[in-house]
Amino acid sequence: MILATEVFLQAAVRTATPLVLAALGETIVERAGVINIGLEGAILAGAFGALIGAGAEGVAAGFLAAAVAGMAVSIIFAFFAVSLRADQIITGTALNLLALGVTGTLYRVLYGTTGAALSIPTTGPQEVPLLAAIPLVGGSFFRQPVITYFSYLLIPSLWWWMRKTHAGLALRAVGEHPEAALVAGISPTRVRWGAILFGGALGGLAGATLVLVQSGTFAEGISAGRGFIAIAIVVLGRWHPGGVALAALFFGAASALQFFFQSAGWSVPYQLFLALPYAITLLALGGIAGRTAAPAALGRS
Amino acid sequence: MRVTRIVPRLLSIAIIPGVCLTSFLLLAIVLRLAGADAERALAAMWSGSIGSWYALTSSTLVRATPLILAGLAVGVAFRAGVWNIGAEGQFLAGSAAAAWVALHWTILPHSMLLPAILVVGAGAGAGWAAIAALLRRRYGVIEVISTIMLNFVAVYGVGYLVRGPLQEPMRIYPQSATLPDAARLPLLASGSRLHVGFLLALAVAVLTWWLFRATAAGFRVRVAGGNPRAAVTAGRIDVPAVTFRAFLAGGALAGLAGAVQLTGVTYALYENISPGYGYTAIAVALLARLHPLGIVLTGMLFGGLDSGALAMQREASVPAVVVLVIEAVLILSVVAIARWRDSLLFGGSTIPSAARADS
Repeated sequence: MILATEVFLQAAVRTATPLVLAALGETIVERAGVINIGLEGAILAGAFGALIGAGAEGVAAGFLAAAVAGMAVSIIFAFFAVSLRADQIITGTALNLLALGVTGTLYRVLYGTTGAALSIPTTGPQEVPLLAAIPLVGGSFFRQPVITYFSYLLIPSLWWWMRKTHAGLALRAVGEHPEAALVAGISPTRVRWGAILFGGALGGLAGATLVLVQSGTFAEGISAGRGFIAIAIVVLGRWHPGGVALAALFFGAASALQFFFQSAGWSVPYQLFLALPYAITLLALGGIAGRTAAPAALGRS
Repeated sequence: MRVTRIVPRLLSIAIIPGVCLTSFLLLAIVLRLAGADAERALAAMWSGSIGSWYALTSSTLVRATPLILAGLAVGVAFRAGVWNIGAEGQFLAGSAAAAWVALHWTILPHSMLLPAILVVGAGAGAGWAAIAALLRRRYGVIEVISTIMLNFVAVYGVGYLVRGPLQEPMRIYPQSATLPDAARLPLLASGSRLHVGFLLALAVAVLTWWLFRATAAGFRVRVAGGNPRAAVTAGRIDVPAVTFRAFLAGGALAGLAGAVQLTGVTYALYENISPGYGYTAIAVALLARLHPLGIVLTGMLFGGLDSGALAMQREASVPAVVVLVIEAVLILSVVAIARWRDSLLFGGSTIPSAARADS
């Protein structure tokens, strides 16, 4: 039973890792008052960048290329949504199509329809000494790939940055009241550009995690809605890095449960478990499971 | 003064064909660069979409039908300033409810069955939208987020139904039983796949256009979406009530799209009954700048692009997903040109700026 719990928790953390990365990036974007529906496209571009980078120069290059690819998609988003002040929903929708089309086409052109020649280097779990020996949680949380530890570090860092630094204050000011921020000498345009690029880089890393850690290969549309899931996670986590991390773990656990039931051979309608986190997010939105407060300027272009 | 008025006018008329032509040229160049046979690919695209009567009616218009109906769903909501991203979920709710009626209300007289299916499908779509509409009205929840959540719940809900209560009697495949003949939309001509649903979509588009243009209710929706503050102060319009109703109307249209697709094309409910129609519909509606009759044209354009792309993949082995790039470039160009045009006309935005009634 203890072993099963440990295996389950470990799977939950593993599934949650790309979600945490993408959702932390989106948290920063949304705190700047921008909702980036195109996050899905950034994750997909990152996954493809990871394939190219890792195929050429190894795992580290894969992660780097993924971050760059995610940022490239975000540059287009920022140009339209921030600089041209085009609608954020329209722009994000177009970018998702663009990323799906470009990665799908390039993948088929470069690797053919068979998907052969996909022996890219991948990375596995690295045990953290001492911490991994903690009963129950040790093996689950500290026998993970390095990118997961990176996300652990990111959570408090982002919290500290948002709360305690001037730049973090500027970010929140732009998200709550861009006009007031402008009067105070902060350029909402620059802050939003920065936030969107950061969010894109993290989205790209999330995509790289899917390819280099989890599946070991690329497939068309491999992001499979994770960008939208990340947006849900940000809401459930109340736009707070710690809350977002917990919410991501919750979503990860819900989908880990699916594999758990399948491998145990139980014919439980697991679709209902998969739907559960979304339903709970809806309840949270309605204030039934605790009131949430979105940044006041969210989504306004 | 003259020029600043004429240029924007010309731009609005020429925008779609112009951008379309440019993106095809772009595609040809890209294909040439990638070493593909561009002429053959474009020829395949032409013959697979509008090159023959069969391709036009049995492929392009069949694919256009759900896109037109779902595009109208998005268009009605966006016109009212409701950012309904949930057409996908409402479509699924509509097709699931329609399947349930088609398979269970068999005691109904045959002539009543199809109308009942379509009405229940539309009702289910409206009901699914009502959750997000209520959350917005009661708690001020942004519908962009709530409708995304509802899309996921709908996808998993259908996944559950086709493995549980609505699974086919053999209980092998994750899909429903096939619909009885009485529950299928009649085909327009024998040997063609085009069904009555296409005419229904056209009729709904004309009706929507007329409602917006000629009725007080349509006017209220336009004002509530375009300028809610003016709607309250000058028009004494109950903006929350108007947007609430428009939200539900949009959901009903998306639900109808789902019911029509089920009864006209797939004849069974399964998980992937919508390959993202609800999301493509957003592009369809935006490209038409939310004009109901324009949505008919952009719906057919996207239906044609889809059909042509599949032919291109079959005959010239160019990946079909390349049309997604064209669609994205189309949307982004139209957005950019529209911004430029608006700045010429008014120096500001004319796209419904009031996403949230309470903001």
